[in-house]
Amino acid sequence: MDRIIRVNLAELTSRIEDVPPEWAGLGGRALTSTIISQEVDPGSHPLGPNNKLVFAPGLLSGTSAANSGRLSAGAKSPLTGGIKESNVGGTAAQAFARLRIKALILEGVPPGDQLYGIHINRDGVIIREAQDLAGQGNFQVLESILETQGRRAAVLCIGPAGEMRMTAANISVKDPSGKLRSHGRGGLGAVMGSKRIKVITVDDEGAPGIPYADPEAFKAASRVFTKALMDHPVSGQGLPTFGTNVLVNILHEAGGLPTRNFTYGQFDGHESICGETMHDTIVARKGKPRHGCHAGCVIQCSQVYNDRNNEYLTSGFEYETIWGLGANCCIKDLDDIAQADSVMDDLGIDSIETAVAFGVAMEAGLVPWGDGKEVLRVLREEVGRGTPLGRVVGGGAGSVGRTYGLTRVPVVKNQGIPAYDPRSVKGIGITYCTTPMGADHTSGYTIATNILNVGGHVDPLAKAGQVELSRNLQIATAAVDSTGMCIFIAFPALDIPECLPALIDMINARYGVGLTGDDVTGLGKRVLKLERAFNLAAGLTPAHDRLPEFFRTDPVAPHNATWDFTDEEIDAFWEF
Amino acid sequence: MHVTVKLFAHFRDGRFKEEQREYPEGADCRHVLATLGLGDRELGILMVNNRHARLEHPLTHGDTLSLFPLVGGG
Repeated sequence: MDRIIRVNLAELTSRIEDVPPEWAGLGGRALTSTIISQEVDPGSHPLGPNNKLVFAPGLLSGTSAANSGRLSAGAKSPLTGGIKESNVGGTAAQAFARLRIKALILEGVPPGDQLYGIHINRDGVIIREAQDLAGQGNFQVLESILETQGRRAAVLCIGPAGEMRMTAANISVKDPSGKLRSHGRGGLGAVMGSKRIKVITVDDEGAPGIPYADPEAFKAASRVFTKALMDHPVSGQGLPTFGTNVLVNILHEAGGLPTRNFTYGQFDGHESICGETMHDTIVARKGKPRHGCHAGCVIQCSQVYNDRNNEYLTSGFEYETIWGLGANCCIKDLDDIAQADSVMDDLGIDSIETAVAFGVAMEAGLVPWGDGKEVLRVLREEVGRGTPLGRVVGGGAGSVGRTYGLTRVPVVKNQGIPAYDPRSVKGIGITYCTTPMGADHTSGYTIATNILNVGGHVDPLAKAGQVELSRNLQIATAAVDSTGMCIFIAFPALDIPECLPALIDMINARYGVGLTGDDVTGLGKRVLKLERAFNLAAGLTPAHDRLPEFFRTDPVAPHNATWDFTDEEIDAFWEF
Repeated sequence: MHVTVKLFAHFRDGRFKEEQREYPEGADCRHVLATLGLGDRELGILMVNNRHARLEHPLTHGDTLSLFPLVGGG
C-alpha cells in the first residue's frame, strides 16, 4: 500500500497517511506540483512556515525500467517566487519507491535555530537533532552519515548555502558512487534550510519493494524501451562517450554559445573546454568517461574527472557548468572549472545559477574576466563563509545585477538563463519565457530540434514554428518528469516510434491501468496549467513571461540576431 | 576553391580537427563528406558558415563547413 509521509516541523512530529485517490495516478513532478498547488498558499513567503517542501519519486522509480531513478522536489521557489519542480538522479528515488512512499511532505518551521535530521526506514520516521552537522559541507555530511548509518542509506542534504538560505542553494542527493547529484535549480536548498533540515536519510532495508500488476508485460515493454535507448545515436553513443559537454563545440559553431555574460555567441577558448578535450583529458588521467547518476541508467552521460595527479576531482561535470564558468565567464582552464564544480557541490549551490551570477559579477568588475582562481576564492571565502559579497553572489544572477545596477542580467523570473542564447536559438527563448519554472532549458529542450536535428529540424534563427515546438516539448516533458524518467529518454522518444508506447506500456503493466498516449499528453497539459495557475495567483503575470530587454536591443554575433517575438506571440504559447 | 572543414566528436578520430581543403568549383557538402570517408547516415549536424544546411548545399570559395555525428546533451 503506497503512503504519504508528512513531517510537521513546528511540532517535530510525523504522520503516515493513505494516498488520496486523486493522487494515486500521479508521481514525480505531477505529484509535487499538485501538492504544492493544493496545499501552499501562493501568497506565502517561500522561506516561511506556510511553504512546503515535497519529494516524490516518479511513477516508474524503483522498477527495473532503465533510467527511471529520478526524484522530484517541489516547493514555492524563493528564487522565482513561483512554483518549482527540480529533479535529480542519485539513490533516493528508488529507496522511497521501494518503501512505497509516494511523497514526503515537509511542512512548518521548527522553533529556534537548531538543525534537524530526518531518518526514514520501513518502521517509520525519526526526527533527530543534527546540530553537530551545522556548517558542514556536503562531502563531510556524506562521510558523517557513512560512519553512523553505513553505505546503504540514501542521503539528501544541504550545505552551508542552504543553511544560510541563499536563493541559489540546492539540495544534494547521494549517487551510487557515494558522490553527489543536485536538485539544482530554484533555491530549494534554501527552503530546506528554512525548515532547519540539514539531512534526510532513507534506508530501504527490508522494504516491501515494487509490486507489478503484470510482471511479464512489464518485462516485455522494458526490453523494447531499453533497446530504443541503446539504439539511438545520441543516448546510445554520443552521450556515453562525450557527455553533455559535447555541446560546447556545437553551440559555438551555431553561434548560440553565450559568451562573456551573453555578449557574444562564440567563445575563442571553446577547444580548451569542449567535450572532445574533456574526453581525452579524462582518459589520459585514468578517470571514467562513462558513469551513471542512478542505478539502472543505461545512458551513462556522467563521468569521473581526475586532476593532474590522476586523483578524483569531480563527477557529474556537465555542459551547463562548463559553459557557465567557461564561455560565459571566459575561463579557459578546465581544471579550474572542475575545481569550482566540486566546491559548488560541497557548498550546496546551483552550478548554473552561480555560474551565471559570476558572469554578471565579472561585468560588474567584481572579478576579472577569465580569472578562475578568483572565482574559487570567492566561492570558498565569500560564499562559503556567508560574507555580504558571498550572499549577493549566492542570491544568484538577478541578485548580483540588482546590487550593482546592471542591465545585462540574463534571468527570467529571476532565474539565471542557461547555456543557449535565445537570440540565435529562438525556440529555447520561448521555453525560457513561458515555463512556469523560470529560465530553464530542461523544461522544453528545443535544442534537440533547433540544433541537434532530433525530432526533425526547426531553423533556430527564424521565428516560425518555435512556439509550437516549445509547447509540444514542454507538455511532453511535464509528463516525462512525472514518470521518474531521465529527460534524455526524449532523444529516442522523438525519433524511434516504439519508445514512447513502451514507456506507457510499462506504466500500465506496473499499475494495472490502461493509459494511452493521449492520457499522457493530457497529464502533461494538466501539470503545466496547474503550475501556471499557481504562478498567476502568486503574482507572476504574462509580463513575467519575457526575456530581459537587452536581448531585444543588443544583437549577438556572429548572426547579429536579436530577440524579436511580440508579447502576443509569446502569450500564444498558453493556447492549449 | 578553398573550403575550411571542421570535424567534431568521433569524426575527428583518424582524421583532423580543422583543415583548409581544396575542392572543385560547385562541389556540394555530400562531396566533401565522401572525400572524408563518411557516409550520409553517420552525419548528425551539418553547418555552413555557422548555419544549418543540407547535404546538397553547394559550397563556394572561403566557406567553412562543420560536420558533427549525431550527438547531444543538455
